[in-house]
Amino acid sequence: MTIDLKTVKHISKLARISVDEEKANKLAGDLNSIFTFIEKLNELNTSDVQPLTSIAETTLRFRKDEIKSENIREKILKNSPENNEDFFVVPKVVE
Amino acid sequence: MTEITDLTLNEIVTNIKKKKISSTEVTKSFVERSEKSKKLNVYITENFSSAIEQAKKFDENPNYELKLPGIPIAVKDLFCTDGIKTTAGSKILNNFIPTYESTVTQNIWDQGGILLGKLNCDEFAMGSSNETSFFGNVQNPIGENLVPGGSSGGSSAALAANLTPVTIGTDTGGSIRQPASFTGTVGLKPTYGSCSRFGIVAFASSLDQAGPMTKNVKDCATLLEVISSFDKKDSTSIDFKRNNYSSELTKNIKGKKIGIPKEYRVDGMPLEIESLWSKGIEYIKNCGAEIIDISLPHTKYALPTYYIVAPAEASSNLARYDGVKYGFRSLGENLIDMYEKTRSEGFGEEVKRRIMIGTYVLSSGYYDAYYLKAQKVRQLIKKDFDDAYKKVDAILTPSTPSSAFKIAEKTNDPVSMYLNDIFTVPVNLAGLPGISLPAGVDKNGYPLGLQIIGKPFDEQSILNIAYSMEEKINFKNKITNWWM
Amino acid sequence: MKDLNEFLIKRDNNNYEVVIGLEVHAQVTSNSKLFSSSSTKFGAEPNTQVSLVDAAFPGMLPVINEFCVKQAIKTGIGLKAQINKKSVFDRKNYFYADLPQGYQISQYKHPIVGEGKVILDMPNGQKEIGIERLHLEQDAGKSIHDIDPNSTLVDLNRSGVALMEIVSKPDLRSPDEVNVYIKKLRSIMRYLGTCDGNMQEGSLRADVNVSVRKKGETTFGTRCEIKNVNSIKFMQMAIIFEANRQVDLIEEGKSIDQETRLFDIKKNETRSMRSKEDAHDYRYFPDPDLLPLEVTDKFIDDIRSEIPELPDEKKKRFIEKFKLTHYEATILVSDIETSKYFEEVIKDADVKLSTNWITGELFAVLNEKSLEISQSPISAINLSKLINLIKDGTISGKIAKTVFEEMIVGDQDPQKIIEAKGLKQESDPKALEELIEKVIQNNADKVAEYKSGKGKLFGFFVGQAMKESKGKGNPQLINKILKEKLNG
Repeated sequence: MTIDLKTVKHISKLARISVDEEKANKLAGDLNSIFTFIEKLNELNTSDVQPLTSIAETTLRFRKDEIKSENIREKILKNSPENNEDFFVVPKVVE
Repeated sequence: MTEITDLTLNEIVTNIKKKKISSTEVTKSFVERSEKSKKLNVYITENFSSAIEQAKKFDENPNYELKLPGIPIAVKDLFCTDGIKTTAGSKILNNFIPTYESTVTQNIWDQGGILLGKLNCDEFAMGSSNETSFFGNVQNPIGENLVPGGSSGGSSAALAANLTPVTIGTDTGGSIRQPASFTGTVGLKPTYGSCSRFGIVAFASSLDQAGPMTKNVKDCATLLEVISSFDKKDSTSIDFKRNNYSSELTKNIKGKKIGIPKEYRVDGMPLEIESLWSKGIEYIKNCGAEIIDISLPHTKYALPTYYIVAPAEASSNLARYDGVKYGFRSLGENLIDMYEKTRSEGFGEEVKRRIMIGTYVLSSGYYDAYYLKAQKVRQLIKKDFDDAYKKVDAILTPSTPSSAFKIAEKTNDPVSMYLNDIFTVPVNLAGLPGISLPAGVDKNGYPLGLQIIGKPFDEQSILNIAYSMEEKINFKNKITNWWM
Repeated sequence: MKDLNEFLIKRDNNNYEVVIGLEVHAQVTSNSKLFSSSSTKFGAEPNTQVSLVDAAFPGMLPVINEFCVKQAIKTGIGLKAQINKKSVFDRKNYFYADLPQGYQISQYKHPIVGEGKVILDMPNGQKEIGIERLHLEQDAGKSIHDIDPNSTLVDLNRSGVALMEIVSKPDLRSPDEVNVYIKKLRSIMRYLGTCDGNMQEGSLRADVNVSVRKKGETTFGTRCEIKNVNSIKFMQMAIIFEANRQVDLIEEGKSIDQETRLFDIKKNETRSMRSKEDAHDYRYFPDPDLLPLEVTDKFIDDIRSEIPELPDEKKKRFIEKFKLTHYEATILVSDIETSKYFEEVIKDADVKLSTNWITGELFAVLNEKSLEISQSPISAINLSKLINLIKDGTISGKIAKTVFEEMIVGDQDPQKIIEAKGLKQESDPKALEELIEKVIQNNADKVAEYKSGKGKLFGFFVGQAMKESKGKGNPQLINKILKEKLNG
């Protein structure tokens, strides 16, 4: 299969990464060579194989329903790009 | 006279415990040598003065019961360190200072280790040459303009250049073992679930494992003993009985059955790799182990499988870098514009390429053809190993298909770069432990490594095999200090 | 037979049926969040209940809360549903300011609870609504658009709180059924203690799927999903608007786009959320930070053994044991607090009288004062005493109403009110006889009329006798004595 420019732009939209025309062309080329390589898998018939869901052969461990986390608002907001004492701040969202 | 920085971890520990040298002396030696080695570009963040302060404190009130008494250690910049900038080699985390500590590094500090600095690596550990780092290339101390491997390239270079006595890296598809092989050092990727992933910047959650990188096998056992722990904060951490790897280390591997997988004899493999492998087999035989030919039939599908699974997980793991909570933000007209600009400017080309691959293979209409297919093939790859381990105790392969290559040699061809991990990736896919041991040099004198792959949770066996081979191989790394 | 409750949208030549399915998001009652140990308490200062995991800091990992799993299974049992011993957490990937991970951890292909059912009591009989599934997922944070004129502010206190998404089959056919369905679901979860059902605090919200089709058609029309509606009233308004909008499109020969819509409360209309359309590919895949969730039969059985009597069973018991009418039983079990109150009152009071007093006088007061039964100004124990005082003839029903009014203020003991106000019923036959004698003497003309056949006047004598007793005369005895005197 080939990945065209339109597909590259669609994926970049989903991934929320803007790509200009030139980069999109290069990406399409890279992705095509990578997918040619990946599609080696199509040689294999896997219809009877169960997909691997986890490599750690155990089941999910439970945590007790206890509140252990304190109010660490200062720590949480410390690294945020736009400062506000109470909130994270992002450009205005218009619904 | 031997410099302190030439010593192995165990030698330094012994000297400190015998009060022959102090932690301050040790720390200062590594700091001084590091100061003179800026050309290698191994550090992203130096913690030198603070390290010396801590060393002094240790000396004032020493605790010799610890496994790393006052030992300065630089770590890959993928481990979050409380109060110290952690970048994952990316612009998007350029200004990020965690308020928490990864479990693995905490284990090191709990045993007396002192943070020397944060080491360069490929951006988000995506790369095999350390060339995707936002903070620039790392020089391999083996030779000028050679890559140190990746993604733990800063770690392997710092270790080989004697800038840190030991170090830790992370390995998702070979990121510990390949750079170890490229720099003539020892690197071990533990069984998935051995070392906690808590506080490690995630690349591909089902493959990532932290592991020790050291100058010899004994140091490797010591450091593994420190960092491997069961951690309730990581749901994939496994509660199994961990050995005292260093004290249980033995060169007696008589009767061990070692498998040689024919599928690792890949087309176009350089002759010197082939002969290194043959030599390795001889060494093992000389150690009294038995060689058994085995088959891992789905080996050739491992790399394509990896390049679906790892990018898919990465595309989701890296969604949190959106300019909202921490890290780099580019101004945008609205929220979506901000996201797109932040991520476009904040991530480098290789990371973006992998996010795109991952987004694509998970997208509507392609999930079954790519992601689900890959998870099925992964099952087959795992089964290959399960079957093999009915016959053998461990498997011997080359670590890499080549020695260290020149900087910029492969940057324009992603697929040829990916082929670097051909021997290491199956181990991650199957969640197994693997160790790379320096075993010889190529025609240029560049180191080459052999890989020993073990059964799940049987790190002790591969350490023991490596330990006995190490003696026979008697590899000596040639470091000329060319950068000084 | 024509169904009087049928909800149809009528146009010149066609009648349209509305097909509704609900995805209810119910907040799990728990102390801490689904994958982190921060508090779930409502109403805290912004970003004070946020852990490093909730804010998706690098290297942070989810660890599941056992209690939330139990709550989901408990709810599943309450919905008579299949419990899946193995379920899987997936990542639902999309970008939004209040979604710190860039994905929501949810259960997509393998939910913890499978098919179940809910029985609705409609005026024309019972109706079964199928449950498609119930799964566990994380709540998102909150984006606030109206504090800062130039920016959107993000509060992550809710981020990571456990939700149960309960998906119904498209079995609902009217806004009334939606009302009853939500209330029933809420009631079941409140009986179980798995969700407090507080709609004001957002503990219960729903996405409403609406489609229409001509009456008699068997295939479904194209549906639209109205996102995140947080009150029953708004759900009903949104459904009516949306169904009419779709019918109009069909009548005009236009097609309906399958899309996500938003209900605008102020304008009472739904509108397209096109902004979200381009990012609608959620790229679900199993969360590699979590292993499959597996529970044993014993784990489920232990939960099953904790299940209390649920509304349907309780109603059945009330009807069979206490001979309540279907209607009375339905009202009394509708909410766990009501049923608790009722059962408390009838512990040692007459069931029939208790039923009447609770569904009559007490409900009237609660309604008037907009109170929940848990806030009732009269405690169950005092109401029970009042009913016993009526039953044993200490006071008449009429006096009881006066006493009841007094009881509202400060939940007073009825016995004390009666003593303080001298309201005890006069049941001494001699005293009553004297009093009736007096009435007969004073109304000789009326007595004559009565005896000549004007039987209706009997009520007049009762009234006079009551008046003479200052309302305290035992009505049964007055009746009896009057009859003897007048007919004798």
